[in-house]
Amino acid sequence: MNKLKILVNGIIKENPVLVLVLGTCPALAVTNSTINGVGMGLAATFVLICSNVVISLLKKVIPDKVRIPCYIVVIAGFVTVVQLMMQAYMKSLYDALGIFLSLIVVNCVILGRAEMFANKNSVFDSFLDGVGMGIGFTLALFLMGALREIFGAGTFCNIPIPGLSSQPIAILAQAPGGFFVYGFIIAMLNKVSHGKAVKRKTFDCESCPSHAGCSGALKGGCGR
Amino acid sequence: MKEMLIILFTAILVENYVLMKFLAICSFLGVSKKLDAAVGMSAAVIFVMLMATAATWPIFHYILDPLKLGYMQTVIFILVIAALVQLVEMILKKFMPPLYRALGVFLPLITTNCAILGVVVLNITKSYTFAQSMVNSLGAGLGYLLAMVLFSGVRSRVDTADVPECFKGIPITLVAASIMSVSFMGFTGLVENMFK
Repeated sequence: MNKLKILVNGIIKENPVLVLVLGTCPALAVTNSTINGVGMGLAATFVLICSNVVISLLKKVIPDKVRIPCYIVVIAGFVTVVQLMMQAYMKSLYDALGIFLSLIVVNCVILGRAEMFANKNSVFDSFLDGVGMGIGFTLALFLMGALREIFGAGTFCNIPIPGLSSQPIAILAQAPGGFFVYGFIIAMLNKVSHGKAVKRKTFDCESCPSHAGCSGALKGGCGR
Repeated sequence: MKEMLIILFTAILVENYVLMKFLAICSFLGVSKKLDAAVGMSAAVIFVMLMATAATWPIFHYILDPLKLGYMQTVIFILVIAALVQLVEMILKKFMPPLYRALGVFLPLITTNCAILGVVVLNITKSYTFAQSMVNSLGAGLGYLLAMVLFSGVRSRVDTADVPECFKGIPITLVAASIMSVSFMGFTGLVENMFK
């Protein structure tokens, strides 16, 4: 596959958050401000690139039967690195992200890319895929964080916006606003792309991030 | 006792793990289509949550903490949960076939369910005692059950509703979840007043 195509794939065509609808938990939880969203996106990008490279290097070593636990250990190792770095150099962001930093381990985007891409492709391709997917994830989180902060708090990166900061729609920065803004962005994306982007994705067994490692899939899946 | 009840009801209603804390959204959106699947998944989650708390709390407080290995908690916890889920699956298959038939298909998905890892990590960061941790995990699981059961009802209506073309599918589901989340916001302050 064309190298550039791999890189761009994750940013637009298969944007993990807005098109594949993976990694929904951090996308909803930490996007109450722009800075948190971007911080989370960059932390996940780092883990994604590193884990993609390492898993691609180890793809011949890891036995097929225990591959999911092996991937999780690799990912958890890099998450610990990010946690320690952030605790040392970016304490306020570390406190703001809280538990969601350790939950990068079970982020479907990272595990999904390990399973779908890194264990089948070369190291450099996996690196590019990690970069592309990471940028796509960060951009989506930035978009959600920015929208929620501008309309929910009337600020952008903590700078007040004249006219909006006096009467913000506070609910958008709280939990319900997360669901709403997320649904709204996907709907607008559908509108712009004439339904090509997301509508075809349904919640069936094949689109489940755990599909490959799930023994339940053979028995007809958990949804039916 | 009062303290336990406060923790329990806070975890179920005020800080509902799905709708207010945004944990386990993948399974919340994926498995809430049918009521029986929603109940089965929630039962498996409650079961594994309690087991995982019972396993990880002693590991942290008697092994990791004395050895100053607290920073390893993410790695250790996820491994413990993964092993535990495998073990539970095997034990159920061998000794309790009826229960295995009911929960079996949901168990493999639970390793990557962020509510499980979330609740065990939160139990440590909030420095709960063992009993408090178990109550908090039970509350988190029951809150998940409540959200799943209520939302499967909402889903069955939303799926047949006539919505604008671009909102069909995921977007309208998310907007419905948003409205449900608003109703859970109404519980804010309830627990403090209930046990005055």
